[in-house]
Amino acid sequence: MARFGFFGEALPDIDLEELKGRLIVLEGTDGVGRSTHIGLLKEWLENNGHAVLDTGMTRSALAGKRLKQAKEGHTLGGITMSLFYATDFADRLENEIIPALRAGFIVLTDRYIYSLMARAVVRGADPEWLREVYGFALKPDAIFYLRVKIDDLVTRVLQSTGFDYWESGMDLHMGEDMYESFVRYQKWLLAEFDKMVENYGFQIVDASGSVEEVFEDLRTRVERVVAQNGHRS
Amino acid sequence: MYGKHRLPGRLFVVEGIDGSGKSTQLMLLKKWLESEGYVVYFSEWNSSPLVQDVTKRGKKKKMLTAMTFSLIHATDFADRTEHHIIPPLKAGAVVLADRYIYTAFARDVVRGVSPKWVRDLYAFAVKPTIAFYFRTPLDVAMRRILGGRDAIKYYEAGMDLGLSDDLEESFRLFQARIIEEYEKMVDEFGLVVIDATRSIEEQQAEVRRIVTEALMGTKKTRIRRWLDLASLAKPSQI
Repeated sequence: MARFGFFGEALPDIDLEELKGRLIVLEGTDGVGRSTHIGLLKEWLENNGHAVLDTGMTRSALAGKRLKQAKEGHTLGGITMSLFYATDFADRLENEIIPALRAGFIVLTDRYIYSLMARAVVRGADPEWLREVYGFALKPDAIFYLRVKIDDLVTRVLQSTGFDYWESGMDLHMGEDMYESFVRYQKWLLAEFDKMVENYGFQIVDASGSVEEVFEDLRTRVERVVAQNGHRS
Repeated sequence: MYGKHRLPGRLFVVEGIDGSGKSTQLMLLKKWLESEGYVVYFSEWNSSPLVQDVTKRGKKKKMLTAMTFSLIHATDFADRTEHHIIPPLKAGAVVLADRYIYTAFARDVVRGVSPKWVRDLYAFAVKPTIAFYFRTPLDVAMRRILGGRDAIKYYEAGMDLGLSDDLEESFRLFQARIIEEYEKMVDEFGLVVIDATRSIEEQQAEVRRIVTEALMGTKKTRIRRWLDLASLAKPSQI
């Protein structure tokens, strides 16, 4: 039996038996430290002799650049935008993630379909429809959900980059200013993520501690995933 | 989703393989509807340049898989729906579309995409008032195409499927499979079949008859009211 499976309808021309690597997802809202931990995990895994591919959203060769522009221009409608993201994701899945898994890499991905679905739901897309559309995605070996409380998130964002238009959900006209909008938008996203915990088997990682503490926790969990042999239950 | 919405306008779409004559029939229908005084909106594939750009680039560089081919076209179609189909339908116009979701269902399934998945993908599409399917034997269509048209393109010929190294032969094999998919959809979606081997005039007469019935279902369209107002505004005769 193959290690991997699909959520819904399968991708054409994929032999699951060939996929030998590991697919590990880091999820969480903006500013929670996902990219920092991906960097640290990659370093640590490579030091231990594993080949690692790290990948993230809107970086596909096919649509990445144009998607970024579309986001800046705000001219596309909600459904169009959701599908544009899905196209970008499919390109990365087929051309980066699957080949790497075939070659036995450990794939660390900064967000996966969950963020895409949460953002689309908040913007009015039908959750049932999104689940079907993303049915072609591979089920990951592990999904680590970096969770913080909204107050901690605000502090972190202020200390780093400040509020950003999209991370504050300003396109949704939810508040008077960026702070108010950010809090409402991120709370809403957190609620959407929390709904997914059980459905998709997220492992919750408390991300409110120091970088060292959180990394220690993540490393132990990743070690377990990498040590697994054969197929999963 | 949109399929369930009740929009005051009417949506007529034409489907069929290349060379079935569907575009000619749609053009003739448009002329007639306009002469009858309807507000007609022709939904062209002029979607967002950003999405178009990705599609073009993907095709040119042959970097599309069955899946990304399907998704980028769905993205394009969503843009068309949100900008060029829903608004005129809300305004009560008669919207005409050359090719619709059935083209995607046929083409993507032939490329190996799951039939269920692609149908779910397009769940946001507006259900057409009538979808005409111009049924044409492959030989007839091939003769029409090879006669008048420029070179067949790579994806149009289904060259990515590796059916044949010869462009024309690949096109023929690909279109034969597309026809099979269309035939399956006739019952599934209640496509209205037009025998496209008959004369242009005969086909058009049948299309107009069917469209007339579908338009009669509407008591008074907004267009009608708008026309009434326009006639009120005419200078009175002395």
